[in-house]
Amino acid sequence: MRDVAVVSYASSTTPKDDIHNEVEMLGPVLREVMAGSGIARGDIGFVCSGSLDYLQGGPFAFVMGLDAVGAWPPIRESHVEMDAAWALYEAWVAIQTGEVDTALVYGFGKSSLGDVHEIMTLQTDPYYVAPLWPSMVDMAGLQASAATGAGALIAADDIFPITDGSAAIVLAADDVARKASKRPAWIRGIEHRIECHGLGVRDLTISESTRMAAEAARVGDGPVDVAELHAQFRHEEAILAEAIGLDGHTTINPSGGPLAANPIMSAGLMRIGEVAKRISAGEANRGVAHATSGPCLQQNMVVVLEGN
Amino acid sequence: MPSNASAATLPPHHHVLEYPGGYTRSTGPVIGRFLTGLRDGRIEAVRLADGRVLCPPTEYDPTTSAAVAPEGDHWVTVGPCGRVQAFTWVAEPRAGKHPLTKPFAFALIRPDTADTAMLHVIDCGTPDAIEIGMRVTPRWRAERIGHITDIEAWVPLGDGEEPTNAPLRIPPVDEQPVTGIVSEVRLEYTINAGESTARYLLGLGEGKIIGGRAVDSTDVYAASRGTDPITGQPTEVEVEVQDTGVIATFCVVNVPGLSPLAPEIPYVSAQILLDGADNTFFGLIRGIGVDDVRMGMRVKAKWADELHADHTAIEWWEPTGEPDAAYEHYKDYL
Repeated sequence: MRDVAVVSYASSTTPKDDIHNEVEMLGPVLREVMAGSGIARGDIGFVCSGSLDYLQGGPFAFVMGLDAVGAWPPIRESHVEMDAAWALYEAWVAIQTGEVDTALVYGFGKSSLGDVHEIMTLQTDPYYVAPLWPSMVDMAGLQASAATGAGALIAADDIFPITDGSAAIVLAADDVARKASKRPAWIRGIEHRIECHGLGVRDLTISESTRMAAEAARVGDGPVDVAELHAQFRHEEAILAEAIGLDGHTTINPSGGPLAANPIMSAGLMRIGEVAKRISAGEANRGVAHATSGPCLQQNMVVVLEGN
Repeated sequence: MPSNASAATLPPHHHVLEYPGGYTRSTGPVIGRFLTGLRDGRIEAVRLADGRVLCPPTEYDPTTSAAVAPEGDHWVTVGPCGRVQAFTWVAEPRAGKHPLTKPFAFALIRPDTADTAMLHVIDCGTPDAIEIGMRVTPRWRAERIGHITDIEAWVPLGDGEEPTNAPLRIPPVDEQPVTGIVSEVRLEYTINAGESTARYLLGLGEGKIIGGRAVDSTDVYAASRGTDPITGQPTEVEVEVQDTGVIATFCVVNVPGLSPLAPEIPYVSAQILLDGADNTFFGLIRGIGVDDVRMGMRVKAKWADELHADHTAIEWWEPTGEPDAAYEHYKDYL
């Protein structure tokens, strides 16, 4: 395995950006993350993004996003219709192949344009679930109910705030990383797992996929100074902390987490960036980032980052 | 003359994402059989290899991924009553989306003799009329079509109460099993154009085509989205480009009804390299027979009599009669 690190991170969030289009919103974040890496744009080996066409209600969000990257001469590029944490996973794999040494990863989107709670219904089973239109909050309410053994009516301040924004990370391997950052945040473990889509089939009181990903990423091999959890609803935080095996030693979501700002498609990547930022600043030595996708913590990624 | 870009705003645009008539989805034989059962007023499920009864059934075992056969004695009828495993109260139903128009609960309901729960709605009036473990029974629609909403809602079932059967339905003599559903999706958005697109659209309203370039570049992009797509640098300098140009590439459209705004077929759509711009610009070509349109042909915008800050401002492009441009002029824009 190659040593791969986060060498630069930038993000920008706001409740509602009604001044800029998506490209204008993303551009400054990409320029900031590239400047922070000291790596020339043309030297980036691989570009991968996360975006969602349904957020803007039009096709090919990621193609327009490339306007902010600069894609001529042609670049090696890929995209996931998921949180950009999964784009980072793809980029990490690309670097592990040895074909490239660096990658630019970013996610962007505006949740304020439509009704994001309703948009997320479209990722559910189209025969049994979507025709009933349970919103993202309704489904989270079912998990909260299962977890507490009582009915749930989720309070507004237990739900993530609607957020527009973007985030970006530059990954680099080995000596390229050591040159790009005084203290790179090395990825020592990264894994993701998915569960069945049927909510009535899963045990909603736990997050088995998170537990398995944390085990595979070897979270338990050392103390965890800081953890950033992609808990979009307050009740998810305890389920995730339990599944990852965090204890009182760990500071959880010092950034404020998704309950402070949750730009859909970049909030998971932000968890990785926020942990990396604290490690590179010398505030922490070992941290865990978590990202999720799908209703009720259906798919989960766990990343272990270290300063040495 | 280039000028520094100023803040430009346009009113937000209301956008609807909707596929007319909905998406038609094939159910496959397993989901189709379950939906056929609902149409007949019963809830079907499948017994998996480990003995668990899965409801609603999927085409595969959710644990082992083994295929679930659409026929056989592993199919069982469950319910019709069930128990609430989890619920969340919906105080404000979503109009046009949620199945009920008055407050209700979403719940995970495990039908009797099934081992898994289905997500559905419970109509019980108030949140204190529901609790975990409560007995519920389906309230069937009289008109059933083979859809998850053939159960209109589940309702509480008191001690000693018997469930009511589904209203009798007389099927047409040639009725076939359910093989498909129609998925209706309608999403509404409020879109804002962004600074650069707003400048461009406001320019159209004044009969101008506005582009932009980066501070350190000479490349001008008509209708810029805010960045130079080659370098990623912001196109902060506003530049007006000409409403004349050269057809770089074009297409004769013979497919009718591509959009409500499309002209009668056949017509020509083209990518036009505008004078003063370094990118191509989409437009319709008229004022010439479709067979006479050429790459390199010089064209000019036909502006609408009444200008608005949107794409109706330029109706089409027509030949100027000037000599064609040399291939060298537009070869990098194909």
